[in-house]
Amino acid sequence: MDSSLTVTFGGHPEPDLELDCRGMLCPQPVIELGRRHTEVPVGGVVAVVVEDVAARTDVPAWCRMRGQEYLGEDAAEDGVPRYRVRRLT
Amino acid sequence: MAHAHLDAAAGAPLHPAAREVLDAALARGYADPRALHGPGRDARLLLDNAREAVADALAVRRDEVWFTGPLDAVQRGLLGLAEARLHRGARLVVPSVEHAHVRHAARWWADRHDGQVHEVGVDSWGRAYDGDLVESAIGGDVAVVACQLANHEVGTIQPAGRFELPDGVPLFVDGSASLGMIDLPETGWSAAAGHATSWGGPGSIGVLVVRRGTRWSNPFPGDPEPQDFGGALPDVAGSLAAAAALQATLAERAEVDGRRRGLVDRIREVAAALPDTEVVGDPVERLPHLVTFSCLYLSGEALVRELDRAGFGVASGSACTASTLEPSHVLAAMGALTHGNVRISLGRDVTEQQVEALLAVLPEIVGRLRSEVGL
Repeated sequence: MDSSLTVTFGGHPEPDLELDCRGMLCPQPVIELGRRHTEVPVGGVVAVVVEDVAARTDVPAWCRMRGQEYLGEDAAEDGVPRYRVRRLT
Repeated sequence: MAHAHLDAAAGAPLHPAAREVLDAALARGYADPRALHGPGRDARLLLDNAREAVADALAVRRDEVWFTGPLDAVQRGLLGLAEARLHRGARLVVPSVEHAHVRHAARWWADRHDGQVHEVGVDSWGRAYDGDLVESAIGGDVAVVACQLANHEVGTIQPAGRFELPDGVPLFVDGSASLGMIDLPETGWSAAAGHATSWGGPGSIGVLVVRRGTRWSNPFPGDPEPQDFGGALPDVAGSLAAAAALQATLAERAEVDGRRRGLVDRIREVAAALPDTEVVGDPVERLPHLVTFSCLYLSGEALVRELDRAGFGVASGSACTASTLEPSHVLAAMGALTHGNVRISLGRDVTEQQVEALLAVLPEIVGRLRSEVGL
């Protein structure tokens, strides 16, 4: 999938994979990210959608510890925070 | 092996020196030290002895020391300075890693006076940097600036007392996690709070220090000047036991803290070698007895439970273990992983065997919990 073709309101490319972690509590969303980020190719973008505020710290921390790139936070269509990650390895 | 208590920061057995004093003080110091009768005079003598010992130990004057509860010491120390400057404004400057007692007090007072709490950031070791803190204190409307002596969750020592604040802006120093191990700065602050738990005294005793010449106004109902226990009947025996523990702790500090520092280095080394684990806080400029690390993919609650089952009592700053679902504001402010968090704090009588036994089971527990979540 060419991630540059679809663009959201914020101007970010649509992620190649969006993990719906609504309702999950820490550390479950990061576990999902750890398990499933390899489903996108290197260079692809994974997004985690979750209300739990711990993810705001823990997704960037996961990227730092696992050598992946944290792209930033935007919001899903329903307004739930969405954290975007680029797979580097 | 007996259960090892590795959560000394949250409460530890009384120092033997305090226990020795406590019985005698309870027998003699039961009366109101303000009363004019014999038992009152006895209690007064004991309380004054306690005050003198604490003042000597903290290198401050006797008339700068009051005994009270530990939370009350923080609230009156911080807010008494603010209250005295209310005519200038109601803005409080507080590093984002201060203890909840400081942050909650600041928020409460600011709300009452239509003011605001200005939280300043920290570096990745959790240290407030003076640029941000000092700049935030400029503007003439600042009532008080707070800075802890060292962080209660990650151990990083703060540059309290080294800030060049604008003229007249007072600094409150929260030493609740560290007095007895870390000294108050000689200058550069106006009021400070301590908690006897950090030096092996009774957990119910706090110490409020207000420097002479400081403008301080009681933020709570009652006498405008500082008083022991906010004017309530003083806990004379507890205060004397706290003073005895502080003296004894300082006398043995080089030996005890040198040993604890070495054991913490050892824990840091083993934790850092665990896969996907981050040791947080300054590795050198830190409290001697405390270390915190976070394990990716694990819940702090599961780690605490498994370590307890294996015979080790530890704490966690992870939301999963806290009463609220908010992650630790300290870890979040540092950008550190907030889940899978373990805080270990060593008491004065910790042994190398206890620490090595912990380190022997830790990798297996982390590995097992990780395999349970499939990672």
